[in-house]
Amino acid sequence: MTMETWQGVVTILMAVLGTVITRFLPFIVFPESERPPRVVEYLGKVLPYAMGGLLVVYSLKNVTPFSGTHGIPEAVAIAVIVALHVWKRSMLLSIAGGTAVYMLLVQVVF
Amino acid sequence: MRVNRETLSKALRAAVPKSLPVCVSFLFLALSYGVLMGTKGFSFVWPMCMSAFIFTGSMEFVTVNLLLSAFNPIAAFLLAIMIGARHIFYGISMLGKYRNMGVKKFYLIYGLCDETFAVNSGAKIPQGVDHGWFYCFVTLLNQFYWVLGATLGGLLGERLSSLNTNGLEFILTGLFVVVFLDQWMSSERKSHMAALLGIVIPVICLTLTGSWFPRWSSCSCCSLRCGGIWMISNRRMGRMQEQARMRVWTR
Repeated sequence: MTMETWQGVVTILMAVLGTVITRFLPFIVFPESERPPRVVEYLGKVLPYAMGGLLVVYSLKNVTPFSGTHGIPEAVAIAVIVALHVWKRSMLLSIAGGTAVYMLLVQVVF
Repeated sequence: MRVNRETLSKALRAAVPKSLPVCVSFLFLALSYGVLMGTKGFSFVWPMCMSAFIFTGSMEFVTVNLLLSAFNPIAAFLLAIMIGARHIFYGISMLGKYRNMGVKKFYLIYGLCDETFAVNSGAKIPQGVDHGWFYCFVTLLNQFYWVLGATLGGLLGERLSSLNTNGLEFILTGLFVVVFLDQWMSSERKSHMAALLGIVIPVICLTLTGSWFPRWSSCSCCSLRCGGIWMISNRRMGRMQEQARMRVWTR
């Protein structure tokens, strides 16, 4: 670890604080007995889908398409995950298979 | 409120089978998270505390990177808000179900992670089982699996440091891809649009901000921006759909 222990603890506490805020916010803004406005209900239905996509891109932000490995290991591993998941629909199998392929590629091939 | 033992055991017996699928995937994911931290040189106390207190998998994986880079608590806070933004919508969906829960409500909200939301929002609770305690036990069991896995993984990881675990961090990408696929395959077409926008807009933002791999600061501001763009385009989409519906209806 590059930072001091207290700095690590503060970092974690900030992560806790941010997460807790996101969880409690709707219950504070919309107290019991009041129905939330329709826009909020609509967003509640569609936004989780967009978040899914955003998280995928976020986790791939360190990929360098024009240098290094050109993102080939990532692309291959994701293709394996998609294929496994469409085939078996087992979360464990898909993640384990994709990660194993990725580790093999970055450690042995590239 | 007096609680009798029968109410508790009934709720627990209803909650255990519903949380079993989560048990398997949580142990696996948390174990790999713990191993990852262990191989980066952290004692098992770190993953144990982080899994218990942060208790949202994606942010925990991200925090590993934060701990390994320069000290920046504000970036950590903003990232937690952005990555956790989805919780706001879980909360909105659970407003009705978590009503009148008394003190339990605080813990239910605190422990409302993706999987707990999935189980509690969709669960058909058997007759005669107390809803509040059922939700509570599902939340508690899920958190228990997660902390257990992370702690075991941390213990294991400390001893694995000689092993080549390069690439293990891809588990996080794998998790997100699988969640995305599950949403995609179980949703109607309207949500595909949202899912695609969730991919396309961040990619455009990453390209526009000059690099595909921004620093934390530019990453946070581009995500905020894409959130704004997304909401505007989505509003417009919603309005168009409404108009289309009206047209069909008046015809």
